[in-house]
Amino acid sequence: MRVVLVVVAALAFTGSAAAACPTLADLEGEVMCPQCKTTLDQSDAPVARDIKRFIQQRAEACVPEGQIKDELVAQFGPAVLAAPPREGLHWLAWLLPLIGLATGAVVVSALVWRWSRGRPAAEPTVPLNGRPPLDPELERRLDRELARFDG
Amino acid sequence: MQARLKLAGQALSVALVAGLFALLVWKLATQEEGAASKLDRGEIVAAPGFRLDRLDGPGKISLAAYRGRPVVVNFWGSWCDPCKQEAPVLEETWQRYRSRGLVVLGVDFHDLKGAAKRFARENDMSYPLAYDGPGNTISKYGVEAAPETFFVAPDGTLVCERLLGGVHIERNRGRYDECVQELLAA
Repeated sequence: MRVVLVVVAALAFTGSAAAACPTLADLEGEVMCPQCKTTLDQSDAPVARDIKRFIQQRAEACVPEGQIKDELVAQFGPAVLAAPPREGLHWLAWLLPLIGLATGAVVVSALVWRWSRGRPAAEPTVPLNGRPPLDPELERRLDRELARFDG
Repeated sequence: MQARLKLAGQALSVALVAGLFALLVWKLATQEEGAASKLDRGEIVAAPGFRLDRLDGPGKISLAAYRGRPVVVNFWGSWCDPCKQEAPVLEETWQRYRSRGLVVLGVDFHDLKGAAKRFARENDMSYPLAYDGPGNTISKYGVEAAPETFFVAPDGTLVCERLLGGVHIERNRGRYDECVQELLAA
């Protein structure tokens, strides 16, 4: 029984350790190539290859993702991260698109609401004689013209 | 009420567009033109200053510290093949003219520090080396690619011309020697 528990604990520990270790695939979409200004996964520039190798080595040493990013920022500056950091004025980059989306949603909702409220009641689409209905304005004008003949 | 709301919406839209336009104008107006463009036009231009980490040891290295001496500023990266080929030429210049006050100053940019140190060691670069990982200096100078070489006179102005590509290549070699002589005579 004790052996089974030890094996289960060891497996669980190995599993969690493996899960905690980042991979190159985890990071190459989040780190920029400083020369080509694209993410590493889209770049094959020599410096991008160097950075990928660096990430690979650090990941194999099971260095946490955050620490690898910190090490890259220390060398290349914050622009090496594809996403801006959540601090100071950088928050604008996160918030402005959300504010834009929310404003757009409000405007579209208001327009749809107004359009649906202001729309006249639906008229019968198929008249009894089977022909398309006349335009109301044309119908009124026709009535006026016919009334002249009646008089 | 509805008309007022509509007016407010229109005013907000106009303000938003005007704001974005102002941002664009500000960005274009404050965009820094690299020193290389001015030098190419024949203007007298001061070499942009910098203070960077030393690659070849602890501490900082700044261009201002070499004021009064002629300086060859060479931008390079460990990922750049021509940089490897031109390194012996720069090293030779440093060894030959350092007794006359000339400094060769290498600025490594967009590079991993470890890779850059290894590159410097493997290529026997004994001249002073600065590390500019984020590449802040290259926009000030208008560096387009590595390697590029500038010549800073003792009074801090850029002289001769900037050399695009390795100083060892046929197109640049003669001009490089002329620029070094011009520096020494300045």
